[in-house]
Amino acid sequence: MRSKFFLFIIILIFIIIFLIFYKGLTNYSIYTPKINIENDIPVFSANIFDSDLQVSSKELFDPKKSYLLNIWSSWCVPCRDEHALLMDLSKDEKVNLIGLNYKDRLNNAKNYLNELGNPYSKILVDETGTIAIEWGAFGVPETFLIYENKVIKKYIGPLNQQFLIEIKSLIK
Amino acid sequence: MLSSTIGYYSLILGLCSSIIIFYFSIINYQDKILDIKIFYFTFFQLFFVIISFLSLVLSFIYSDFSNETVFNNSHTTKPLFYKISGTWGNHEGSLLLWQLVLTLFIFIFLFKSNNQSKQYRILTLLFQEIIIIGFFIFIIKTSNPFNYIFPIPKQGLGLNPILQDPLLAIHPPILYVGYVGSSIIFSSVLAATILNIISRDWASHLKKWILVTWFFLSLGILFGSIWAYYELGWGGFWFWDPVENVSLMPWLTLTALLHCVLVLEKKIVLTSWVVILSIMTFTLSMCGTFLVRSGILNSVHSFANDPERGLYILIFLFSLIFLSIFIFFFFHKQNIKNYSSFFWLSKETSILINNWFMMYFLSVVLIGTIYPIFLEVISSQKISVGPPFYHKLIIPFLFPFLLAMAIGPNLKWIKSNLENKVNLILFFVLSIFVSSFILKNSDQKFLINTFLLSSAFYLFFISIRDLFTKKLKNFSQNIAHFGFSLLILSILLNNIFSTEIIFNLKESESFEYNGNKIIFNEIIQNNQKNYVSIIGNFTIENFDGKIDNFKPELRIYNQPNIVTSEADIKTSFLSDKFMVMNLVQNQEYFNVRYQVKPFMIWIWSSVVLICLGALIGFFKKKNEK
Repeated sequence: MRSKFFLFIIILIFIIIFLIFYKGLTNYSIYTPKINIENDIPVFSANIFDSDLQVSSKELFDPKKSYLLNIWSSWCVPCRDEHALLMDLSKDEKVNLIGLNYKDRLNNAKNYLNELGNPYSKILVDETGTIAIEWGAFGVPETFLIYENKVIKKYIGPLNQQFLIEIKSLIK
Repeated sequence: MLSSTIGYYSLILGLCSSIIIFYFSIINYQDKILDIKIFYFTFFQLFFVIISFLSLVLSFIYSDFSNETVFNNSHTTKPLFYKISGTWGNHEGSLLLWQLVLTLFIFIFLFKSNNQSKQYRILTLLFQEIIIIGFFIFIIKTSNPFNYIFPIPKQGLGLNPILQDPLLAIHPPILYVGYVGSSIIFSSVLAATILNIISRDWASHLKKWILVTWFFLSLGILFGSIWAYYELGWGGFWFWDPVENVSLMPWLTLTALLHCVLVLEKKIVLTSWVVILSIMTFTLSMCGTFLVRSGILNSVHSFANDPERGLYILIFLFSLIFLSIFIFFFFHKQNIKNYSSFFWLSKETSILINNWFMMYFLSVVLIGTIYPIFLEVISSQKISVGPPFYHKLIIPFLFPFLLAMAIGPNLKWIKSNLENKVNLILFFVLSIFVSSFILKNSDQKFLINTFLLSSAFYLFFISIRDLFTKKLKNFSQNIAHFGFSLLILSILLNNIFSTEIIFNLKESESFEYNGNKIIFNEIIQNNQKNYVSIIGNFTIENFDGKIDNFKPELRIYNQPNIVTSEADIKTSFLSDKFMVMNLVQNQEYFNVRYQVKPFMIWIWSSVVLICLGALIGFFKKKNEK
């Protein structure tokens, strides 16, 4: 009798532990520092992809519109995962998708876009990685949602369906 | 390309042979003799995993970037040694290594357990195959090391420079042997519980496996902390980091288990302890894998971290836990008549005391590691548990623990009187004298330090005495206990007598303290491929006239803009001298930290002694009764 009671208690305890661990896993708990959110976008100028033109951030971002800045690179494997979602987003006319090609070679980047498609309306080049630092990015891929020249939301790591729905609703 | 294909298909073939073994074992269970086919397929299973592992190694050696694992973790300019060690320096490859050790161990087990009953061998094999099949599916489904990428990249992403270190290259395999060894213990204990064959012979058979596992686990932890000491450059060797704790927890249970089995070898008592501790050791090892791999811990910016992996290990882990709980409750029979048959003052009691201490230390470490996760899930607060928590809870209990450890081995089995009472008390007085003499000049926390140090010295003296008076009887135990006392003693002395001095200096200035003079001679600056190196040239004129030269280095990486400091460490017989410098913002001053840490090398060597004890125990012929 006593041993059955113990068995019951122990199993209960382990089930609770299991549930807590399970919840800890599903809480997608990538640590996001609470900086650069609702901050003004940095002032910078960059080359346009595959051309000699330079563009400054003031020319690029119209305060009345919303933009999505996506940092990507051809060598970045998680970028491939989110690419299909970006292609999907680019079909939406309300979204202005701007790419920032991070520390990449021109040829590799071109091959990448030829292979997977180009979702971006404009692509900026960040050969040294300094522009990404200005934005406060930690790595690739990262995506910034910009409205009225402010960063409203920042996504670290590849986008997923859930983020996509959130982005679409925010833009509306 | 080719090697990836071979590797992938041999993994699948390995899984097939495991399933076949599983099937044959069930069929063969009622027969009198072990089917020879099982031997063949265990060999095939091992063979296929070896092939798979070798092909991954080959992909790394030839920098085959069509393989995603190689691409993510290697680079053409890496030295060959780190290309090879890169094989297990990542999640996918390390799982393959894990599988290699698992299959190797069950193969050895089948050959070495001839003298055990057939049913026991089959059952152990069955449980082990459950684990092996589980990991095969895990590897193939969620962390396949042979994924292709197309188009093939020209260059890999490289291995984090901090991981490019000879010690860190051998640390994982050794630790894995320890972790995986615990799986054999787990399976055989479950098998023995079901068959109810827990006996003295069985205990000495199990003891060999426990000793091997314990040896490798201790050695693996040692390598990890030596690496942390000189590579992370904070001048410490144990930081109570969750990843470290995760390796310490199975060590604690395994240590308790080892002592229980030593009792069991003499007398059928403490059987429940043996069963529970074996289950715990393996569960904690698996739990460690889960915590480290799932990203639930340490989740600072871990990209492409797949929650699916964590979920799989979690479910797998808990199915094994439930399986073992059921087996324990329904099959385990306690020998009640034997249980209370030892006197309160006996070796058995002292081993029980040891167990309870181990359980206490385990629960402290477990709570410190897991509590932050629980808290975050329940109330989404983030806390971090640091060294003060562990120190406050562990240090007071160290005192009785060390005393018990000194007296325990001198007791006899079943019933004992304290012999040589005078002797024991004399040693205690002696150690109080020695430690208060050592500590008389140190002002801080005199009382607690004296207590701690004298208990450590007590253990030290007693174990030296035992080492000499008992000659070769129980030599392995004596040497391991002696090593442990040396370890505690050097850690304590290291903590108490470490000196640290921090100051700001400009080039060609000097600084004096306690009669020592530190001179900042010059800065040597040169440009390396991807960083600027600034080497400070320091001379220290010690008060006793000795002169040391130090060359700590600063590396300013340009892309991204990171400054790292490389410490200069001078190791000697009695103490380590450790110097590191840092930039002071916008000034020409440098911040210099100089530490003298006594007995560092003794900490390392005492752990080696402990491992040596395990090794001697392993090779010793069957114990004299």
